[in-house]
Amino acid sequence: MKTIYLDNNATTKVSEEVLAEILPYFSEFYGNPSSMHTFGGQVATKIKEARQQVAALIGASPDEIIFTSCGTESDNTAIRSALLANPNKKHIVTSRVEHPAVLALVSHLSTLGYRITELPVNKEGLLDLELLRRSITADTAIVSLMWANNETGVIFPVEEAAEIAHEKGVLFHTDAVQAVGKIPIDMKRNVIDMLSLSGHKLHAPKGVGALYVRRGTKFAPFLIGGHQEKGRRSGTENVPGIIGLGKACELAAANMEKENTYVRRLRDRLEQGLLSRIPRCKINGHLEKRLPNTTNISFEYVEGEAILLLLNEWGICASSGSACTSGSLQPSHVLRAMGVPFTMAHGSIRFSLSIYNTEEEIDFVLDKMPTIISRLREMSPYWQQVESCEYMS
Amino acid sequence: MWEYTDKVKDHFLNPRNVGEIENPDGVGEVGSIACGDALRLTFKLDENKRIKEAKFKTFGCASAIASASALTEMIKGLTLEEAKKITNQDIARYLGGLPDEKMHCSVMGRQALEKAIDYYEGKVYTQEEGTIVCECFGVTEEEIERAIKENNLSTVEEVTNYTKAGGGCGNCRGRIEEILERLRGQVKAGDKKKLSNLQKIRLIEETIEREIRPSLKKDGGDIELVDIVGNRVIVATRGACATCNAAGITLKHFVERRLKEVVSSDIVVEEAENENNISR
Repeated sequence: MKTIYLDNNATTKVSEEVLAEILPYFSEFYGNPSSMHTFGGQVATKIKEARQQVAALIGASPDEIIFTSCGTESDNTAIRSALLANPNKKHIVTSRVEHPAVLALVSHLSTLGYRITELPVNKEGLLDLELLRRSITADTAIVSLMWANNETGVIFPVEEAAEIAHEKGVLFHTDAVQAVGKIPIDMKRNVIDMLSLSGHKLHAPKGVGALYVRRGTKFAPFLIGGHQEKGRRSGTENVPGIIGLGKACELAAANMEKENTYVRRLRDRLEQGLLSRIPRCKINGHLEKRLPNTTNISFEYVEGEAILLLLNEWGICASSGSACTSGSLQPSHVLRAMGVPFTMAHGSIRFSLSIYNTEEEIDFVLDKMPTIISRLREMSPYWQQVESCEYMS
Repeated sequence: MWEYTDKVKDHFLNPRNVGEIENPDGVGEVGSIACGDALRLTFKLDENKRIKEAKFKTFGCASAIASASALTEMIKGLTLEEAKKITNQDIARYLGGLPDEKMHCSVMGRQALEKAIDYYEGKVYTQEEGTIVCECFGVTEEEIERAIKENNLSTVEEVTNYTKAGGGCGNCRGRIEEILERLRGQVKAGDKKKLSNLQKIRLIEETIEREIRPSLKKDGGDIELVDIVGNRVIVATRGACATCNAAGITLKHFVERRLKEVVSSDIVVEEAENENNISR
């Protein structure tokens, strides 16, 4: 069975070009970039190139890029660094819809004496910047807000938010793991202090990420040891990963337009197709302020895990924010923060596309989805009531 | 990804008896849309008061659908007295097991069956009986106690897996711990002394079969009950356990401890001699 992969916010395929770039660095050029000999030194040169490629994608200088192992490490490093740089400040501002890499961390920090403000979002998943302004105090060490939401694709105005934080003299970090490579980012045109990105969300391998730290920002390392990354992130480099991330960033820059035209069109085709074929479904999140590749759609009165498993029968890969798939017994924290009603939240499905998807794949999903939903609705004790109510009205 | 057995997948992909019986003899409804799963069970009896037909409607995940489908198959042809004996473990077993996090689906099946029988017998439900412990999922103290007793639960996490209680805001986890502690105390003080020899042997067998062996099998090990002499339980190790140096520790710390908890604090577990064990 052919796999139709529509779960690119979870992870992406390593692109052929990236793979070809990486392979020689396992058993051919396996030198340690810190070594004195040419054999290792040539690897260091390649890492330097990768650093330039990553910097170029987000309009940064190469010396502002620190390679890490993943987005979570980047987030942890940024927030902890800000706290160490401001030892007298004990307040962190973030939002309710952040990735667990931030939310679980701040919840842990709250047990160590830090005060946390989690900003709410409205029904469309948007922030109130006035509320942000009011929540920053003299005690605030850092504001951390995601650039784009992994579940809904909703984009936060982080550049404006960073301005607000700076007006109050507070550091600003953004988890841009879902945004980098999907929407244009230029760090020369904003005042964001730190930015996290992850390799495997943009067709590089898993196990590599980066943290952008603006030149001049006080920084305290998370991992302490050797002199790698100028002492800002110790540990022998994940050479193939870093080289892959560099190549992937180069490709992402080249594909940026395709992402915002071709991928957007496919996403809209999927979304419009589902909305017109299936009654009682709704898009979660602001329709415009959204990543071009993501749609989060709720099917009323059915449960997400059941939908996913029926999609799985056709080789279609997607995600859900239902309780059964969220790893807890409650639906996704993002949808709850947006006030999505339970009838909708349990039946939410996220499709996230990439440049490797085709129109045929989207049409295949549009062909299968109505049957899947009606099959589950016929089984649902609530559906009949809904239908009979509608006949009456 | 959830690890479902082929039987669960089959009952999810090809659910039996979906629908609703017109003019049913029994109707049982549990769960709610807020909780994320709900089940409506209806049945009709034949002239001999046996369940002739059973149907279900479920809002929920694959294992909720499979549990309901399995339940309708299991109760067909049973008298109500026989149906009353079905436990959530029976439903899970029929399906070849459910993931720990999904055991509450089997509990929901049992609850719906009970309510449907009560409906037939004319019992009137005023709200959920008893005090609510978990506000998020509306789980009562009685439901939690029952799940603990019927499934030998020992941690808050297990209680959450079986009843959902504690799976929301988490504020009631302390209360659940208290209930667990209270029941542990009861078991120690009372139940154990009343066992006859035959009951004791059965309970040992049952505990080994139902709890200990499945748990060892997860790690590729196994044990076999060889003999019971007074309070000495003699077992032979199998699978990975037979060649494992830590098997002695497993027997003392896991098998013996569990039997002490469930059966009697005097139980001693010994390994059978003359077995072809490779090491030791």
